[in-house]
Amino acid sequence: MHRYLAGEDDRRKMLDAVGCASVEELLASIPQEVRCGALDLPPAASEEEVRRQFWAYAIANSAPECFASFLGAGVYRHIAPAVADAMLQRGEFFTAYTPYQPEVSQGTLQAVFEFQTFVCQLTQLDVANASLYDGATAVVEAVMMAARVLPKRRRVVVAGAFHPDWSAVLDTYCEPMGLAITRVGWGADGRVDGGELAGALGNDVCAVVVQSPNFLGVVEDLSTLGPAIAGSGALGVHAVAEATSLGLLAPGGRFGFDVVCGEMQAFGLPAAFGGPLLGFFATKQAHVRQMPGRLVGETLDSSGRRGFVLTLSTREQHIRRAKATSNICTNHGLMALAATIVLSLLGRKGVRDVALASHATAEYLKAGVRDQGSGARARLAFPQSPTYNEFLVLHDDPDVLLARLKAEGILGGVSTTRFGDSWPKGLLVAATERNTREECNRLLDALRRLG
Amino acid sequence: MAQPNDRLYTKTHEWVKVAGGEASVGITQYAQEQLGDVVFVELPAAGKKVDKGAALGNIESVKAVSEVFSPVAGEVTTANGELEAHPELINRDPYGGGWLVRLSVAPGASDGLMDAAAYEAFLAEEGAH
Amino acid sequence: MNGSRTLREPERLIFERSSQGRVGYQLPALEVPPVDPSATLPAALLRGEIEGMPEVSEVDVVRHFTRLSKWNYSVDEGLYPLGSCTMKYNPRINEELARLAGIAQLHPLQPEDQVQGALALMWELEQALVAVTGMPKVTLQPAAGAHGELAGMLMIRKALMDRGEHRKLVLIPDSAHGTNPASAVFAGFETVEIASTAQGTLDLAVLARHLDGGDVAALMVTVPNTLGVFEPEIVKTAGLLHEKGAYLYMDGANLNSFVGIAYPGKMGADALHINLHKTFSTPHGGGGPGAGPVAVSQALVSYLPVPTVEKVGGRYTLSYDRPKSIGKVRGFYGNFGMLVRALAYIRSLGRDGLKSMSEGAVLNANYIRKRLEGDYHLQYDGPSLHEVVFDDTFQAASGVKNVDIAKRLLDYGFHPPTMSFPLIVHGALMIEPTESDGIDELDAFIAAMKTIAVEAKENPELVKGAPYTTPVARLDEVRAARQPVLRWQRTKS
Repeated sequence: MHRYLAGEDDRRKMLDAVGCASVEELLASIPQEVRCGALDLPPAASEEEVRRQFWAYAIANSAPECFASFLGAGVYRHIAPAVADAMLQRGEFFTAYTPYQPEVSQGTLQAVFEFQTFVCQLTQLDVANASLYDGATAVVEAVMMAARVLPKRRRVVVAGAFHPDWSAVLDTYCEPMGLAITRVGWGADGRVDGGELAGALGNDVCAVVVQSPNFLGVVEDLSTLGPAIAGSGALGVHAVAEATSLGLLAPGGRFGFDVVCGEMQAFGLPAAFGGPLLGFFATKQAHVRQMPGRLVGETLDSSGRRGFVLTLSTREQHIRRAKATSNICTNHGLMALAATIVLSLLGRKGVRDVALASHATAEYLKAGVRDQGSGARARLAFPQSPTYNEFLVLHDDPDVLLARLKAEGILGGVSTTRFGDSWPKGLLVAATERNTREECNRLLDALRRLG
Repeated sequence: MAQPNDRLYTKTHEWVKVAGGEASVGITQYAQEQLGDVVFVELPAAGKKVDKGAALGNIESVKAVSEVFSPVAGEVTTANGELEAHPELINRDPYGGGWLVRLSVAPGASDGLMDAAAYEAFLAEEGAH
Repeated sequence: MNGSRTLREPERLIFERSSQGRVGYQLPALEVPPVDPSATLPAALLRGEIEGMPEVSEVDVVRHFTRLSKWNYSVDEGLYPLGSCTMKYNPRINEELARLAGIAQLHPLQPEDQVQGALALMWELEQALVAVTGMPKVTLQPAAGAHGELAGMLMIRKALMDRGEHRKLVLIPDSAHGTNPASAVFAGFETVEIASTAQGTLDLAVLARHLDGGDVAALMVTVPNTLGVFEPEIVKTAGLLHEKGAYLYMDGANLNSFVGIAYPGKMGADALHINLHKTFSTPHGGGGPGAGPVAVSQALVSYLPVPTVEKVGGRYTLSYDRPKSIGKVRGFYGNFGMLVRALAYIRSLGRDGLKSMSEGAVLNANYIRKRLEGDYHLQYDGPSLHEVVFDDTFQAASGVKNVDIAKRLLDYGFHPPTMSFPLIVHGALMIEPTESDGIDELDAFIAAMKTIAVEAKENPELVKGAPYTTPVARLDEVRAARQPVLRWQRTKS
């Protein structure tokens, strides 16, 4: 019998107790017409054999750890303190269920309450949920909420350079809900085209989504966008793909945005080939009953001790069913725990230091690219525009450039060609506190030679 | 338990009391028992016009949400402002302080609804205890 | 008195542990020139240190989370008989493999030639799920079961639109999980609840009547249903739907009961989501992450989300070549970290192990049913597969409800079963033991349940006041909902 299952003797005793000679008798209710024969799968493998198979998969990949890596475009490589994974590997955390029985789930519940608090602090908004799947679906949930809050308004505006994957997901969800999407482009400086945005706003718009820093790395001026959007009566949604930017840049919550949401993977979570990541969502108190996702609240037990419970559950699918604020059930609880641990370790100084170091490293790279002169094949797309830790380097053949850089041990960035012709051709280059000066110089030197 | 005789009842467990063109609406003892402790009430604004049987609002407990259906056609004049800070009034005093809305109604608006005896018989039929 | 200080005293919030000057991190030395952000970024957009964020040491963080962990019950500790959740053992080898640098650190936007191993892994998992379901193709994109339901319903909607039809209705049994109607609504449908038969199964006469209306897009069912009972007429049901141009969506939450025994493909399912965090052992994590791949019939293959992983002449590629696709339902390709774990599990158990897994699940549930039949009421007495739904009818005579039984079970050291679901059973206690548990663990659970049944009769107040021995007593959920406090704030003193 397999080591994950109970043994032969267990089975025999249980069969005796239920009065059956074999388990097949207990399966009689499954009709013959749907039965299958032996599954077309290999036989059971030992741990050693499974390891060999998976080491083979691992070796067939180019792990960024083995390169100087400047990859971004929605997933970023920041420090991952050792304590985080050590805590996550505690079975009490990762093999626990959703905390529906609070008396035996205070560990999970309190950690989520701390996560919600961190998200409120980062976003300068009143309430945050216990996590969503990722940045793309977080933005979708914000738009869906706006459509509920303003049911007569059926149009959504997406302003500026917005992550193309996130944009595609928004299309998928908005179409069946009868929501039309107007996309506003960017100007020569890489920021939202203000005139075009003004023309797009109207009293039929329920949500306006602005990503900042945007997909091209440029920092949007939320201080003017926020009031303009609020003035139009729509809900403002500040979408964040690089969450560590919130350590240096004021969030939409400061400028009147109704929602700040997006992706928190940057706080030390593994890139994991794109999942599981960590969606976060924060909003104003006024919208709390329209919020998607789980909420943990503080309360007292019958002897007056502080404790935590899932609350305001009537918004959710298991109670509200067809009228729920979201269909989400299983969310990304363990990823939220991971982020909570990392944020605890970084704390108020660390959150800012990580952002400053990432920004400084990117500024060093930008200066290096700028210094190559206007005749260089690789040049900054928006040399005058503020960026955080990511920027677009224009190049007429970025895929060939990337291949040459890789041959020199450098993962130089993400080519915009993979997102289609509507994007300026080039490389999105992201830098973090993990990129050394030596790595930066290697990239600059390679750009100069191979450019 | 005896239902108050001074009002009429619906099959969806609302009560209505009409006097001089104004109707008061609430939910019954049975309804509040089923819901459990009320935590939040969503009520319409003054001026909202409703048909008989249309949704008036929602009452939330920890484990359920119940829609409230208007027993009469009319126009909302006031909603019970006390319920925002004290939703528990619905549990403690469903026929008094726990009233939900008042509507202005035309004569005969509450015709056809059940009286106390009929509602009690209805509850017994439903197997309510 | 309990000797564990951790369990005797509440653990402060990490923000309350904060002490000025404590530090929990160290960044690598900054070798590039430091930058004054007011020189490079607009002043109006800057922020300083975030007020209220904690200053704690690394030791503080380890102690804090270690202590918190001890307040949790978990599968590693004991039986977790949550019906429809399939709380089985989460193998440690899966955790090791998911953390390999060549797997965990991959960036989704690396060029394909750099991630052939990852793509191969995804392709292999898809083939394995094809083998398990008997259905031709699988999308690995959805992040959870509910997400899979949405994807499946979007595919059905697209298929109908492709035929020029705009059917509005989705039929859902009253026993269904709440995500079913919620997902259908987000896919743009209206839901119609259909009452189950007296046996708790699908009522085909009711189904046929609705189908005659011509506006039914699909029926969503769970097989076996949420009572743990196999739908005896599932093939006929699929036939009725397909005849009328409608589709069958199958919620795979209960797949653990028939892997290697039956094919959903043969039942006529058009779309089936598979909860990898249930049947295929990926950890529940206190609320996810999970993964909800969706297997589809030939009728829906054209509408699958993009990209899919294809194998062309020995190379793996992410294909966007699906003109009728519903598009993307999330960023990137799927919860890859969970896909890794699921494939490792499938490889570890293998062809015969997977069948044995389901057989064990069914046997364990039936053992519990047999031993507790006299003590608890069974509303529906059809044959149970991997879960059994009792209810509190016997105990209600002395005023003890399912919630009280659940809280008293905590005192005996067990996580309670699923409560108050499905909605068609009043006072439900849904028990799903999974194949991970041996007879000793089940006997301990049974003994506790029997004792509680006796307590409910002879000393109901004892049960109603439970729990007594957990780190916190019953929590005031009414207070939490009436005066929501959803974050910590520094109080001004």
